[in-house]
Amino acid sequence: MPRVSEHHVQLVVFAVLFLLVSALGFVAARWRRPETLDHLDEWGLGGRNFGSWITWFLLGGDLYTAYTFVAVPALLYGAGAMGFFAVPYTIIVYPMVFLVLVRLWSVSHVHGFVTPADFVRARFGSPTLALCVALAGLVATMPYIALQLVGIEAVLKAMGVTGHLPIVVAFLILALYTYNSGLRAPALIAFVKDTLIYLVIIVAVIVIPAKVGGWDAIFGSADKVLSTVNPATGAPRGGILLNANNQLQYVTLALGSALALFLYPHSITSVLAAKNRNTIKRNMAALPAYSFLLGLIALLGYMAIAGGVKPIGKDGNTIVPALFDHMFPAWMAGVAFAAIGIGALVPAAIMSIAAANLFTRNIYKEYLRTDATPQQEARVSKLASLVVKVGAVACILFLDPQFSIDLQLIGGVIILQTLPAVALGLYTRWFHRGALVAGLVAGLAAGLAMLYRIPNPATGHAHFGGSAFKLSQVGLDTGVTMYVGFLALLVNLVVAVLLTVGLRAGGVADGTDATREPDYVADAGDPRVHELPEVKASV
Amino acid sequence: MSAPEAERPTPPTDRSPWNWLLVVPIVVPLLTFVYNRHDPTLFGFPFFYWAQFAFIVLGVSTTVLVYQLTKRRG
Repeated sequence: MPRVSEHHVQLVVFAVLFLLVSALGFVAARWRRPETLDHLDEWGLGGRNFGSWITWFLLGGDLYTAYTFVAVPALLYGAGAMGFFAVPYTIIVYPMVFLVLVRLWSVSHVHGFVTPADFVRARFGSPTLALCVALAGLVATMPYIALQLVGIEAVLKAMGVTGHLPIVVAFLILALYTYNSGLRAPALIAFVKDTLIYLVIIVAVIVIPAKVGGWDAIFGSADKVLSTVNPATGAPRGGILLNANNQLQYVTLALGSALALFLYPHSITSVLAAKNRNTIKRNMAALPAYSFLLGLIALLGYMAIAGGVKPIGKDGNTIVPALFDHMFPAWMAGVAFAAIGIGALVPAAIMSIAAANLFTRNIYKEYLRTDATPQQEARVSKLASLVVKVGAVACILFLDPQFSIDLQLIGGVIILQTLPAVALGLYTRWFHRGALVAGLVAGLAAGLAMLYRIPNPATGHAHFGGSAFKLSQVGLDTGVTMYVGFLALLVNLVVAVLLTVGLRAGGVADGTDATREPDYVADAGDPRVHELPEVKASV
Repeated sequence: MSAPEAERPTPPTDRSPWNWLLVVPIVVPLLTFVYNRHDPTLFGFPFFYWAQFAFIVLGVSTTVLVYQLTKRRG
């Protein structure tokens, strides 16, 4: 086990950088200063006025989280090629949403929507469907925030720091400046976070291969170690290539994850903060720079195998911090740890803002206080963001971290079920609101049922052991596996289509659509796109 | 940054045949049977890995191309 006494330099560098970005977080309230932060468009969307560069850093910081940076290499370390799905996933997602997100941006700016559920509410005239979408967003986001803490914890462990106090303090600071500055805080901190991450990874891919004998040696020893049969499971851990049974899992996991990414409320928050359509389109072209980075980060898992680095204790997520600690001089390891630690703060802040906005707009304003003023909305959202973070810390303190990991896995399956209402809803009003609710519920039920039946022999879990569903479980004579979320989405779509036909044939009343086609192509400068602060809810 | 262009008529649609180009970088990275192989290697990287890094370049260039070809005349 690492000891604090051997990590003074790392700790000092880590602490200094951490305090520096905390100060930035508070200063952010004055950055691009608005007349008032007492409006959800200001606190929760940074004034809806971020240009291409800020959006690039913000979305990069938002989508490529600290957890990604520790979990993806851990996956390659543990299972090989399968973990590399993160690369095709983050390649295909941008061309997929290139046209979709600009429609969402336009309709949201014309109508003043803050959350995806706001859009669904207006499009399908159904508060119930909007509530389902909001709840799905909340349930999917909460464990994701908790997982960012897992990222910080992995770094602290590598420095020999144990106990929960440091994490509580870190999150307290985060909670305070998010409360104070809103979305401006993560936007400003993202500049530091991403610069540090790029720096660390460039150094890593130069230094580490040189130390372990080059890329040939890295892939060679990874291949040898991964294909050794594990006595516990009677099968090899994996391989550096896919096999006949996990190729479909690789494809469906990449596709399903890509479909889910921009349904997450925190992704949509960052998109809606952009100032115009071209900002979003340019970002869809430029964000894959982070995918390149992610690919290199993923390979850190193989470098750890080649370097003979072992994770700390049984926590596979510590493999990257352990590798840095092993390979880098003390001060550089400190910078690397800070990069991961700060990398946790940016998405955690955006996620808590997104969750708070969902609560405020789609539960508080919809059900508790229908006449809430913008000031009241902003106040409730700020308080809700605190509650969300306390909840995330409590998850880590009182529950097994594995529970958060399981929940996040479930969260991906859940958020994917909002696709028909949110993403298809941007293109068609064909679906009946009742059918969309039923489809969402059916998809959820099917997804949970499948996840429940997946064991994990490596960790001894009987249920929720992963997202790879064996098709043999539904009677097919094959060893092929598929991503649960993808299968659940198919169930969802079938139910939604069949019920739409049924409900229409039965003449069941449908909601009215508050949006019009031109709303979906409006851009900044268009008279119907309100200038702040006149933006108001039309729902 | 740019001055508001109040006179600009709203184009009625985002439609363009160029948009179909976006299908290429969505489909290609999902064809595992094409790139799930060890050889040829490049700088010590098996084909499986360097091909997927190359797909990033494919994705970026296609998206940039479509963006430029479909940009609204301002």
